[in-house]
Amino acid sequence: MRQVQQKDTLTVKPEAPPLLWRHHHILDLDDFTLEEIELVLKTSDAMKEVLSRAIKKVPALRGKTIITLFYEPSTRTRTSFELAAKNLSADVVNLSAGTSSIVKGECLIDTLSTLEALGADIVIMRHPMSGAPYIAAKYLKASMVNAGDGWHAHPTQALLDLYTIREHKGSLKELKVTIIGDIKHSRVARSNIWGLTTMGAKVTLCCPFTLLPAGLNHRQDQFPKVTIEASIEHALDGADVVMALRLQRERQPSGLLPSIREYVRLYQLTESRLAKAKPDVIVLHPGPVNEDIEIASSVARGPRSVINEQAANGVAVRMALLYLLAGSRQL
Amino acid sequence: MLPKIIMTPEDIRRTLARMAHEIIERNKSIENLVLVGMRTRGVPLARRLAATIASFEQAEIPVGALDFSLYRDDLARLDLQPIVKSTDIPVNIDGRTIILVDDVLYTGRSTRAAMDALIDLGRPEQIQLAVLIDRGHRELPLRADYVGKNIPSSRHEDIQVKLTETDGLDEVAIIAQSSLKEGQQ
Repeated sequence: MRQVQQKDTLTVKPEAPPLLWRHHHILDLDDFTLEEIELVLKTSDAMKEVLSRAIKKVPALRGKTIITLFYEPSTRTRTSFELAAKNLSADVVNLSAGTSSIVKGECLIDTLSTLEALGADIVIMRHPMSGAPYIAAKYLKASMVNAGDGWHAHPTQALLDLYTIREHKGSLKELKVTIIGDIKHSRVARSNIWGLTTMGAKVTLCCPFTLLPAGLNHRQDQFPKVTIEASIEHALDGADVVMALRLQRERQPSGLLPSIREYVRLYQLTESRLAKAKPDVIVLHPGPVNEDIEIASSVARGPRSVINEQAANGVAVRMALLYLLAGSRQL
Repeated sequence: MLPKIIMTPEDIRRTLARMAHEIIERNKSIENLVLVGMRTRGVPLARRLAATIASFEQAEIPVGALDFSLYRDDLARLDLQPIVKSTDIPVNIDGRTIILVDDVLYTGRSTRAAMDALIDLGRPEQIQLAVLIDRGHRELPLRADYVGKNIPSSRHEDIQVKLTETDGLDEVAIIAQSSLKEGQQ
């Protein structure tokens, strides 16, 4: 009986029904399903095609106002969001903490209410405090996009990393992805771990134990399962993808490392270490790169590096996200 | 109410053959033609028309696929965002005669969006429109150059085109919308 029914629905609706996009805000990837990530990646393919045209502009977001609000410095995230919004014909206003009323002591919620009163449809925010976009989202009717909050999450970077990996490997399923470096302070690593594991990749983390975030060993579904490896040679063995992270020197005056020199000697991604990985390995880095600290400049600029592709894909992925958000409704 | 079948596979084949002849008759230089299918079902129709023209005239006609979701005028009003797919047109369209191909011509809004999308890709010499079904109820001043079949319909009815490439069979049916909703539940 059930089989007959299934066959019936197949003849009536052979195309998959359109996927429901549930997100009004993009805060982290921990609440994204595999299907939702796939939808973002497929939409990014279409956006990449738009970027390859002579006229890289489509009218999809005409009349929408997008505001970027950055409480921390940024080159690529902010520029690529701005380009993405402009390619979709939205109007973009950029605000930096240093040149706004924030200097006069205006609090986050008041700033956001003002932006909303001015007509923002989407606010893209980077904030040094983990969780700030979650609080903001509670008070905001507009969509909130987290462009990095403290050590916590950077979902759009993770999605562009997933997109870049998929472009090279076809699928992420069963890939060995090794993340090396300052994981404790890395919002990029955290969002990537959610995204990569949802897509079926196997994640290995490698860093000095002082740079490992607390809580990785409390498994109770609080955090996806990852492998932790102290030796970089073991971590790289057979890797399909290597992601090097910036050593966030501004965040560690507290003696987590005996010295930068020791870190370089033990954990730098060098050509000879990379030889342990698969021959077709790709090397990612979210940038900005500390050359010859976490990654040898010969690797960062070498043939296995896809760092510049990451930046280029960032625009396509962010266009896809803005497009999907613009159609969402406040639930 | 059951769907009423208005075109069988054989009807569709004959109609496309006639449309191919009309396209050849009207366009003296078929080397300049590019057939562009509007996603989703315009694409297989464009391929079939190109193959039919090729069999009559021994000429290869380039076929492209156009996604116009980013040009729609109703993005803010739809409950579900359309899924954007890539546009893929294999040749430069500057100076070419483009034949836009779609399954059903209804309000004309999709055609408007598709023309805007095309013009962002270059400057074609001419754009013509070929549709398998014209069901009336235009909301914009547009008409098709090649029509497979005129089906005067009520707004409460739905015209369902199925093609082997996308749906597993060739068929055009007219459905009263109340029964369509039941079918979807």
